[in-house]
This record gives sequence, C-alpha cells and structure tokens, in this order.
Amino acid sequence: MSERRHMSWFKKKNQRIESVPAEERRVKTEGVFEKCPECDAALYKRELEESLHVCPHCGHHFRIGARLRLAILYDEGKYEELDAEVTSNDPLDFVDTQPYKERLEQARRRTGLPEAVINGRGLVGGHLVMASAMDFSFLGGSMGCAVGEKITRNIERAIRARASVVIVSQSGGARMQEGTLSLMQMAKISAALAFLDRARLPYISVITDPTTGGVTASFAMLGDLNIAEPKALIGFAGPRVIEQTIRQKLPKDFQTSEFLLEHGMLDAVVDRRELRDWIVRALDFMYNPEVHFQPLKPELPLGNGAGTLPEALLGSQDEKPEEKSEAEPEVKS
Amino acid sequence: MQTQNNGEILPSGNAFDHVRIARHPERPYAWDFIERLFVNFIELHGDRRFADDPAVICGFAKYKKWEIFVIGQQKGRDTKQRRLRNFGMSKPEGYRKAIRAMKHAEKFGRPIVCLIDTPGAYPGIDAEERGQAEAIAHSLFSMATLSVPIISVIIGEGGSGGALAIGVGDAVLMFENSIYSVISPEGCAAILWKNSAEAPRASESLRLTAGDLLELKIIDGIISEPVGGAHTSFDEAAKAFDGALEKALGDALELTPVERLRLRYNKLRSFGFENSGGLMW
Repeated sequence: MSERRHMSWFKKKNQRIESVPAEERRVKTEGVFEKCPECDAALYKRELEESLHVCPHCGHHFRIGARLRLAILYDEGKYEELDAEVTSNDPLDFVDTQPYKERLEQARRRTGLPEAVINGRGLVGGHLVMASAMDFSFLGGSMGCAVGEKITRNIERAIRARASVVIVSQSGGARMQEGTLSLMQMAKISAALAFLDRARLPYISVITDPTTGGVTASFAMLGDLNIAEPKALIGFAGPRVIEQTIRQKLPKDFQTSEFLLEHGMLDAVVDRRELRDWIVRALDFMYNPEVHFQPLKPELPLGNGAGTLPEALLGSQDEKPEEKSEAEPEVKS
Repeated sequence: MQTQNNGEILPSGNAFDHVRIARHPERPYAWDFIERLFVNFIELHGDRRFADDPAVICGFAKYKKWEIFVIGQQKGRDTKQRRLRNFGMSKPEGYRKAIRAMKHAEKFGRPIVCLIDTPGAYPGIDAEERGQAEAIAHSLFSMATLSVPIISVIIGEGGSGGALAIGVGDAVLMFENSIYSVISPEGCAAILWKNSAEAPRASESLRLTAGDLLELKIIDGIISEPVGGAHTSFDEAAKAFDGALEKALGDALELTPVERLRLRYNKLRSFGFENSGGLMW
C-alpha cells in the first residue's frame, strides 16, 4: 500500500500541468444546465425535469426515453415492465460494415434498454392500459422482429384483459438488418390492431419526434385517436428521400405535427405537459365495458366466402377475462 | 436456391442478378398477366376520395370457374406510360382505391388476387400531404380481417411498405426472379455502407430473393420462370403463374372465413418469433 502511494507520488511529479487555451476555457456547468436548441435559453436541469423536458420558455419538446415516457403516462409513475426478455435474435446473420449483433450489443450498453420498445402494464386514470413506448436512442427506434413481437403481445394482452392500448412512437422505421422480416412486423401489428378494433377496445397512438417509415405506415396511423407532440417530425418517406426524389426544397413546416393536423391526419397536437390528462379524458370516453366484444351489427349469414367474426371476438357469454393478474396488475415504480 | 413447384432445382445466381431481372424493362407487368390469365376483365377507377391512381389497376374478371377481383401495381413500358403509371409508385389514392376494391370484393364474397410490382410507395410532397402512411397502414389493417381469400403474388419488385400494403394474403407467392425487401439495395447500401455502389453486397445481406424468403417462411411458394427470366417468354411465365394461382386459390377457398382469418393471423404472428402466436384463438 505505501509502495503504491509512493509510486503515484512520483508519477504525479512527472505530470505537467497544461494550461487550457483561452478559447476553450469554460465554467463547468455540465450536468447542471441544458441549453434549449430552439430558444437558446439555459435551463436548469431540475427545472427541465419538472416540466417533463419541455422548455418552459418556448415549449420546445426535448426527446425523452421510453421508460421516462411510461413513468409520465402511468398513474403515480407506476407500471410493470413486460416482455423485457424479447430481444432481437439477428435472424439473418446480418453483417454490413459491422456485424448487427455488435450493433445490438452496443445499443444495449449505451441505452440500458433491452430493445427499441418498452412494454408496460398499469393504470392510467384508473384504466388498465397496456402501453408500448419506443426509444429513438436504441438503433434509431427501428422496428425489427422483437419490437414487432413486443407490441403485438401487448395488444393481444389488452384484448384478453379487456384493456386499452397506448403506443408511443419514436422511430426511423423498419430495421434494415432484419430485412423483410422487419417489414412483416408492420402487417403483424396492424393485424393485431384490427382484432383489438373488433373487440371495441380503445387504442391511442401517440406520435413523437421523429416517427417515419414503416412505423408511421402501420400502427402509428391506426389509432382510434392519433395524437402527436408539437413540432414532431412525422412522415412516411424521410425528408431527405423526398428531396432527392423530387429535386426541390421542401416547404417550411412540412411533415411536422402541425402540418399533419392541418391535413387531417391527426386528432390533436398535445403538449407533453397536458398529454396524460388528455389521454385519461379520452379513455374515460372510449372505455365502455358494455360494448366490448359486441359486434356492431348482428351477423348476417353470408355464403360463399363472406362470413362472421372469429368466435373469440364475438364475445360469447361464457368468456371471461383470462387471468386475474391481467386485470389487476402488480405495479412497481 | 430452393426447390419448389414440381421439385425441380431452380437456377442459382447471386442476389443482385435477381434484382436486375426483377427490374428488367422488358419484364411482364401486371397487365401482361391479366391479359393472359383472366377473361372479361373490367377495370374500376378511383378511390372515391380524391383521384384515380394509374399506378394501381383494379377490376373484376373471370378466372376459370371463379369470379375474382384483381388488384395490380402497374409499371409503364415506354416513357409516356412510365410517367402515367408513375414508375409503378402508388400514391395514397392508389392504396385507397385498393382498399375500396377489397371491401367491394368482400361484400360480394369474391376472392382477391393482388399482383405486386413496385419500387416503393411514392415519396413526394403531395403523397405525404394526403397521408401516404395512413393509406398503407389502413390497407394492412383492412386485409387482416377481410373474410374472402386473398392471394398475393410478387411478380417483379416488392418494394417495402408500398408492396406490403397489398401483400397480406392467405397465400403469398413470388416469381423466381422477383425480389421483396424492406429497403432498396441501393438505399440500404447508402445508409449502412455509406456508398450506394455497395448495392450488390446489400442485396446479399438483405435476403431479398424468392429462395431466401421461402426459407424464412415469409412466402408460401415460388413460381418458376423461363430460363433467363420472365421477360424471355411472357406466355411461359403466365403458364407457370396459372398453375400456382389455381392451386393457391382452390386451397384458400376450401377453408371457412373464420379458418382463413385464423391462419392468416397466425402466419403473420409467426414472423420473427415462431410459436409465439395463437394467443387469440
């Protein structure tokens, strides 16, 4: 021990103290302040956290992660995380300039997330809600098989438990490294949503910055209600792809939430600080146990191809919610 | 390469060869098959919302003993036609026309045949304004619960969401040299290799050939093409198509609507994670 101290003493002696050049001299505020990229205001981090990462001066919405998103959504910030074990298995053994497996590993280390979406179960305004929140920091929030599987499981879980679904999108689209299998997740999730729709259970799609490609072109646009945070980039094709295709500059505010609202694609643009209340109000309206699994019209006996709903979704009398645990979730912070 | 149809070994080649053949300017397009396989085809136009999209052909026809509905993505043969058909890139009104057509077919209990051939959905200002994403999403949503049989056949390029939008089916078939991909090889190469000239390598990695996709169980069968590609003989290609279509349609029609929906859902459900499906039934 004393020897080591001795060594470090000598080491230190040999180290030169370099003066920081004047132009690089700064007061260390890292970790205390964050600068708003919109209005340049220096924001005290605690204050920013209290305003749910929305600039109190100009209303700029900072991007937030999936777990924080769920904590904001659920009552008292409590939810149970589900399906964390569902992760990508690199079905194509994809290698580009780097093996996909390594990219996944890095993303997991960097973000602390198992995948680009987090599934939660808990109460929102007292309603049982299965929520999936995507996270752009995990490989651009891209949708591979695991993301598709997790979202589908949460939708099916909602059908079984007569619960509502909220999906928060934040994604560059389908994940290239899983090829056509990623593409198929669009159809898979959309199909699950079609059956949720038949069961007449609520689905709210919350679109956040940025959401493009196969995510927009599937579940993000399929909500009973589609809402977005202000000034989010939302589109099918990314702006660069469009500029390259049509070889002209894009109009200002193109593909923003406000642009989509104006063109009739969204029900509302909602500030993050009011989002939870908005969702609770909407669920109060939509969640109506009297209609669950009841077909809109009595089924007509149609021959030759046309027909009736799958039996499970006709809501036969003896069917009850599958497990009690689904209806009464154990919650944790 | 896989064995399919009558068990013969299909010619091998690297993935980018398939990409080139799938995009060959002389390749048979939707019309060429409609002419050869179906009789009394009557085209229906318009989405009843905004416009008619010439990149998508819809209509009813007689195929053997069946009345069927045909939806096809159509590319143009010459410059004028290409412009009219927008190079096979549908706009939202094209998908909305297709959805309308599918509901029409469902109402009257007629099976649907989709012919897929597109580089992708059109990426343009007007398409975004009118909700390209919503149109595709809604089509996927509708097809999942459509009670009549749907047979989807990729005849050339299966370009991402624009192809998938009419690609959900009870049977999904691919021509031997057609491709089906989440992104164009050039686009993938530009993003991952930072160089679109790496497209041949990206083509291999993406596993976009018919053989790859059969192995991954994304498709149900491969339609063989004449040696050199379908463009060498439209008639031969149409003949192989005929055989495959008759079988797929016959099989799908034998099921009840509930069975069809169950199988259709469970198949989608198995993509990526096998045996995870069936939670609903």
